[in-house]
Amino acid sequence: MSIFINSTSKVIVQGMTGSEGTKHTRRMLASGTKVVGGVTPGKGGQIVDIDGHQLPVFNSVAEAMAATAANVSVVFVPPKFAKAAVIDAIDAKMPLVVVITEGIPVHDSAYFYAYSLQKGTTQIIGPNCPGLISPEQSNVGIIPANITKRGPIGLVSKSGTLTYQMMYELRDIGFSTAVGIGGDPVVGTTHIDCLKAFQDDPETTAIVMIGEIGGDAEERAAAFIAEYVTKPVVGYVAGFTAPEGKTMGHAGAIVSGSSGTAQAKKDALEAAGVKVGQTPSETARLMRAILGL
Amino acid sequence: MDLFEYQARDLFEKHNVPVLAGAVATTEDEAFKAASAMGGKVVVKAQVKVGGRGKAGGVKLAIDANDAKEKAGAILGMDIKGHTVHQVMIAQAAPIVDEYYISILLDRSNRTFLVMASVAGGMDIEEVARTAPEKLAKVPVTAVDGISQAKAKEIIAQAKFPADIADQVADVLVKLWETFQSEDATLVEVNPLVKTEDGRIVALDGKVTLDENAEFRQPGHAALVDHAAANALEAAAKEKGLNYVKLENGQVGIIGNGAGLVMSTLDVVAYAGEKFGGMRPANFLDIGGGASAQVMADGLSIILGDPDVKSVFVNVFGGITACDAVANGIVQALELLGPKATKPIVVRLDGNNVLEGRAILTAANHPLVEQAETMDGAASRAAELAAK
Repeated sequence: MSIFINSTSKVIVQGMTGSEGTKHTRRMLASGTKVVGGVTPGKGGQIVDIDGHQLPVFNSVAEAMAATAANVSVVFVPPKFAKAAVIDAIDAKMPLVVVITEGIPVHDSAYFYAYSLQKGTTQIIGPNCPGLISPEQSNVGIIPANITKRGPIGLVSKSGTLTYQMMYELRDIGFSTAVGIGGDPVVGTTHIDCLKAFQDDPETTAIVMIGEIGGDAEERAAAFIAEYVTKPVVGYVAGFTAPEGKTMGHAGAIVSGSSGTAQAKKDALEAAGVKVGQTPSETARLMRAILGL
Repeated sequence: MDLFEYQARDLFEKHNVPVLAGAVATTEDEAFKAASAMGGKVVVKAQVKVGGRGKAGGVKLAIDANDAKEKAGAILGMDIKGHTVHQVMIAQAAPIVDEYYISILLDRSNRTFLVMASVAGGMDIEEVARTAPEKLAKVPVTAVDGISQAKAKEIIAQAKFPADIADQVADVLVKLWETFQSEDATLVEVNPLVKTEDGRIVALDGKVTLDENAEFRQPGHAALVDHAAANALEAAAKEKGLNYVKLENGQVGIIGNGAGLVMSTLDVVAYAGEKFGGMRPANFLDIGGGASAQVMADGLSIILGDPDVKSVFVNVFGGITACDAVANGIVQALELLGPKATKPIVVRLDGNNVLEGRAILTAANHPLVEQAETMDGAASRAAELAAK
């Protein structure tokens, strides 16, 4: 098992004919992901050859789903067109939409998130995220597939590179699924959604949760862990040295007044029984200790 | 991006939110001219992006233009909580009979927008929320539904605004929503919203925060940037398209890829620095996933141009761009910089093709570069070098 995606996931790429879309479609295919087509409005009917895979291009997600039975969409379209692309996917009742695009105005992401709730048939991951990977099964997004293997650890993180770093630190043990939920102020899938899925996933035996400054998602996740999660969780929080009022790379990574600090997040997680590492390496060591490795 | 009060006032006016006459002045003479044109009593208000300016003496009533000039002279140059006053707003004075509060903001916790409205205006709204929560209506609004006239009336009724002004306030709320939405704001706050002696409802003071991700469709927002406040290094980095934040009291320059990893790098350097007399990170710089030679050179030149920096820590995880490509980027960047590279550089590469990457740096044998195998070890070495 794994969460959200597995070896049967059929993936379409919105924006496949763009340079980023093509590059990452190639990488997803190389890691064994079942990519079954792409969507680019106005280019429907074309066939694109990517490393010998003949991939059909459709004008809309609904057409792509009808022709390919795809159940996951990954979005690489530029910020300007991202809202329309995600709404197209929601209207088609696509079950899972992974939005990689960075720099989407928050009015647009708040809109498509609210729209997905109203329709009730689509889960969004991202935006501004690296996507997710269930190693040796499916890789949806931009996470390097060759860092690690399939294994018992579940990982959820706001940050892409910290996800890669943690996968690398624990590469000999392996992961059920690693989910990058994204660093924007409004994201479709939260730490809590992933913690719940990992708790319910029989393949996952322990969980790494990586957070960073801004908002209160980690505090909420801590409360959820205390209430629901019985599997061991180790945590890491980035941004202790971030000054107040400055955006640190991710649009959502900002300490506002006294809220959103790394210390508050670490304290909340520890109060919920989560062991929190001071550095990524220490966090990995805590995980090894828990697994007895 | 947070706006000054006068910029918020101008945006309100553009979207037909009722405001009083106001003009910005950077000198006493400009203040005199603005007050003369307005006539009568005016209020001279320090323009700083921090609360509590009234208590600090940054807001003064002037009886005429000469008085406004004098008051502006006293306020300009004043320091309010570390913010120097470079501009004042000359605002028309109006007799006020009541003060209220309205804001629309992005509610991150609930991933929606939120309207807050209260008849207890003119004070710190967090204080109202704490001491008299019954006086603060909080109503979620989705981006899909927005605020129609009917929704506005419902919110205003819920906040228990007096019946004689409820319709007027609801009108203002609809216009504030239009401002919030069409300007891509994440905060629009009016505090206080006032009722004047002649019965008008007017936004007397406002705060607006704009979403920088929306710059591509908000061409007017570039003119609202406060260049005077920008750090010179941050401005230079922005020109090169680099994601850079200068940090105070730091000695170790930081370059890394990915916002999360760079934030983490700052923390790890600060911990390691405790053993070396309190060395701290001097900046945040995320060069992104690509890490080309040119971007690496641009990043290094910004950091080496920072006089606070005593050593540099380059922390890269090779993912999509593998470590050998990053190592080549570093070597070429140092060639591009030539004699401008003057400070010790500790490089930690990890991830895909790490051995090839390390071999490239070893072969280049640059006198300023040394390698470390782990992030924690590299942070410690960079702090040690900075302390020398």
